[in-house]
Amino acid sequence: MTLLEIKNLHASVDGKEILRGIDLTVNAGEVHAIMGPNGSGKSTLAQVLAGHPAFEVTEGSVTYLGKNLMDLAPEERARDGLFIAFQYPVAIRGITNAYFLRSAVNAIRKQRGDEELDMLDFIEILEEKLKVIGWDDSLMNRPVNDGFSGGEKKRNEILQMAILEPKLAILDETDSGLDIDALKIVADAVNKLRRPDNATVVVTHYQRILAYIVPDRVHVLANGKIVKSGGKDLALELERRGYDWLKAEAA
Amino acid sequence: MTSLETQVNEPYKYGWVTDIDTDTLPAGLNEDTVRSISLKKQEPDFMLQWRLRAYRHWLKMTEPSWSNVRYPPIDYQAISYYAAPKPKKQLDSLDEVDPEVLKTFEKLGIPLSEQKRLSGVAVDAIFDSVSVATTFKDTLAEYGVIFCPFSEAVREHPELVEKYLGSVVPYNDNFFAALNSAVFSDGSFCYIPKGVRCPLELSTYFRMNAEGSGQFERTLIVAEESAYVSYLEGCSAPMRDENQLHAAVVELITMDNAQIKYSTVQNWYPGDKDGKGGVFNFVTKRGKCLGVNSKISWTQVETGSAITWKYPSCILQGDGSVGEFYSVAVTNNHQQADTGTKMIHIGNNTKSTIVSKGISAGFGQNTYRGQVKIMKGAKNARNYSQCDSMLLGDKCGAHTFPYIDVRNSTAVMEHEATTSKVGEEQIFYCQQRGLSAEEAVSLIVNGFCKEVFRELPMEFAVEAQKLLGVTLEGSVG
Ligand SMILES: Nc1ncnc2c1ncn2[C@@H]1O[C@H](COP(=O)(O)OP(=O)(O)OP(=O)(O)O)[C@@H](O)[C@H]1O
Ligand SMILES: [Mg+2]
Repeated sequence: MTLLEIKNLHASVDGKEILRGIDLTVNAGEVHAIMGPNGSGKSTLAQVLAGHPAFEVTEGSVTYLGKNLMDLAPEERARDGLFIAFQYPVAIRGITNAYFLRSAVNAIRKQRGDEELDMLDFIEILEEKLKVIGWDDSLMNRPVNDGFSGGEKKRNEILQMAILEPKLAILDETDSGLDIDALKIVADAVNKLRRPDNATVVVTHYQRILAYIVPDRVHVLANGKIVKSGGKDLALELERRGYDWLKAEAA
Repeated sequence: MTSLETQVNEPYKYGWVTDIDTDTLPAGLNEDTVRSISLKKQEPDFMLQWRLRAYRHWLKMTEPSWSNVRYPPIDYQAISYYAAPKPKKQLDSLDEVDPEVLKTFEKLGIPLSEQKRLSGVAVDAIFDSVSVATTFKDTLAEYGVIFCPFSEAVREHPELVEKYLGSVVPYNDNFFAALNSAVFSDGSFCYIPKGVRCPLELSTYFRMNAEGSGQFERTLIVAEESAYVSYLEGCSAPMRDENQLHAAVVELITMDNAQIKYSTVQNWYPGDKDGKGGVFNFVTKRGKCLGVNSKISWTQVETGSAITWKYPSCILQGDGSVGEFYSVAVTNNHQQADTGTKMIHIGNNTKSTIVSKGISAGFGQNTYRGQVKIMKGAKNARNYSQCDSMLLGDKCGAHTFPYIDVRNSTAVMEHEATTSKVGEEQIFYCQQRGLSAEEAVSLIVNGFCKEVFRELPMEFAVEAQKLLGVTLEGSVG
C-alpha cells in the first residue's frame, strides 16, 4: 500500500525556493533513507510535510493515505499518523513530558472517537511501551525537552513516536548527537516499532545508523531535488565518495 | 494573523450594560460628597469622622508614580463617587431588587433567587455602589457567622467595624487607600466567631454598571481564635470607551490558630484590542496574622482590567504564623499589570510562600513586584519565592522586581525565577503531535498555572481555566 506519494514538490520560504521538484513514493513496510549535503532541503521537506506555516508550497502535490496532504491542518496530519522526529526539538517549560504526551494521545483518540485516557490508564500504556523499547521513565516527569541534553532530546522524540504509533515517521537526523550506545538503543527501538503497515524515513548524514535500520531505498537530496536513488549500498558509496560527484551530475 | 494571535483575541463576554434607573451623585469630590455618601448610608458619626479624616489626608497626598504602569492622568473631579440602582429603599428581600439587576447576576452565572442560588456558597452581590442581595444569611447566622454588606455592618455592628476598620490598612496608608477610605460605598463584612469553621464558602461578586462612576468598595474579614473561612471575590464590568477607576481596600485579620483563605478571580473589562477603555484596578489588600499559628492565603487570578496595580500582603505578627500568595496575572493586547506581594515577618518561626505566574501576550506588560522583609526580632523566619514569567509572542514583556530585606541572620530564604517564551515553534511542535493551536496554548498555559489553580476552590478553578482560555484566545503568535 502506498502511504505517501510526493510529485514535483516545490516549496519556498520568504520567497526563496528551497524544494525544487521532489518526487518520492513511500509504501507501507518500507524504510527510506534521505541523505544529502547541509542546506540541501532535507529538514525543509520534513517541515513542509508536517505543515509548518513558514513554508509555502508553490507547485506539485502530496498524497498521504489517499488524501491531499496540503488540505490538512498540521494537527490533522499528525492525528492521521504522520510523525516528525525533529532535528531540533523545542523545549516547552511548565508541562511535563507525561502530561504533554497524554494530551497528544488524547487529541488523537478524540479524533478517532475513542474515549480519552486518564493519567492512570495512560501510565499503564506508557509503561508497556517503555518495556517494549527497554527504556526507563526518567524523562517522563521533566518539562518537555527543557534542559535535556542533545542526546536526551533525540531519545525523547523516539519515545513520543513509540507512544503515538505513527503510520509514517520521518526521523530528521535523530542519530546526530547520540553516542554509540544510544545510537544502538534508538535504532533498536525504531526496529521494534516497525510493522508491515507503517513506514520510516530516516534523514541522516551517516551510514552508521543505516547499518542498524536497514533501508530499502536510499535517496540523495541536493539543492532541493532528489538527484539519485538506489539500494542500501548507495549509502556506503556516499560515505566513501562524498557528494561532489553527484552535485556535478545534477548540475 | 499567526495561529498564536488568532488564539488570544476572543471578545470580552461580560461587557453588556444593564439598563436601569440609577441614583447617582454628580461627578466631583469635596467634603460634601463625603458627607452625602455617609448620609445616604445612614452612618453613625464615627464613620463620617473617619471618612473626613481620610479625605483631608488624601488632599495632602500625591498620586504615586513608582509603578511600572503607564496611564493618562486621572481627573478625580470627573468621577461620580456613588451610583446605586433605584429604588434605593433598604433591600430586605429579593422582591425589592430591580429584576434587571437580578437578571444581570443570573447572566453572570450568579443566580440569587432561593431556588437557583449556588449550593455551598453564600453570595453578597454588589451592583455599583451598593449590595443588592446576600444569600444564606440565615444559615450563617446559626453559626454566629456575620456576612453582610459593609454598610449594613456599619449600622448593625458598629463596635466591630470601629474596632477593626483601618487596623490593617490605615486611612493614610497610601493615596488610593485614603481615597477609598473617604468615599467607599459598600463591600462585604465577614466575622467568624471563635472556634467556628464557616460552613459555606463566602463570596462577593462586584458588578460595575453605571457610566462615569468609580467603584470604591471595602472588605473586612475577621477570623477569631481557631476560626476558618474561605472567601471568594469575583468581578466584571461593561465595555466602555472611557477608563473606570476601581480602588478597593481589603483587610483581613486572624487571631490565634485562625485561618483565612482569600481567592480572587478578577475579570474587570480590560479595554479593547487597541487599548481603549478598561478598568484601572488600583487595590490595597492586606492581611494581618495577629494570633499565633494563624494563616492567611491570598490566591488571585488576574485576567481583566486595563491596568492592575495591587499587592495582597501579609503581616506575620503572631509567632508561627503563615502567609501565602499564589498569583496568576495575565496581560493581553495593551493590558498592564504591576502586581505581587509583601510578606512582613515580625513573629518568630513565621513562614511565607510566594508563587507568582505572569503571562503576557499581545502587547501586554506584566510586572511582578514582591517584597520579603524579615524584621530584626523574627527568629527562624522562612520564605520561599517562585516567580515565573511566560511570554506568548514577542511584542509583550515581563519584568520581575524582588526586594529582599533580611534583618535577622537566622532567616532561610529561597528564591527561584524563570522566564519562558512560547512562540510559533512551540505551538507547531504541539500541532505536530496532534494538538490544535488552541489546545496547545491552553495546555501550556494551564500547565504553567497549575500550582496556583490547585489553591483555588474547585468551582473557581474550573472558572479560572475557562477564563484564561478566553483571555488568551487569539494570542498565539
Ligand atoms: N525558516 C527559514 N527561513 C529561511 N531560510 C530557511 C528556513 N528554513 C530553511 N531555510 C534554508 O533552506 C535551506 C535548506 O535548509 P534545510 O534545513 O532544509 O537543510 P538540511 O538539508 O536539513 O540541512 P542539514 O543537513 O544542515 O540539516 C537552507 O539554505 C536554509 O538556510
Ligand atoms: Mg536538517
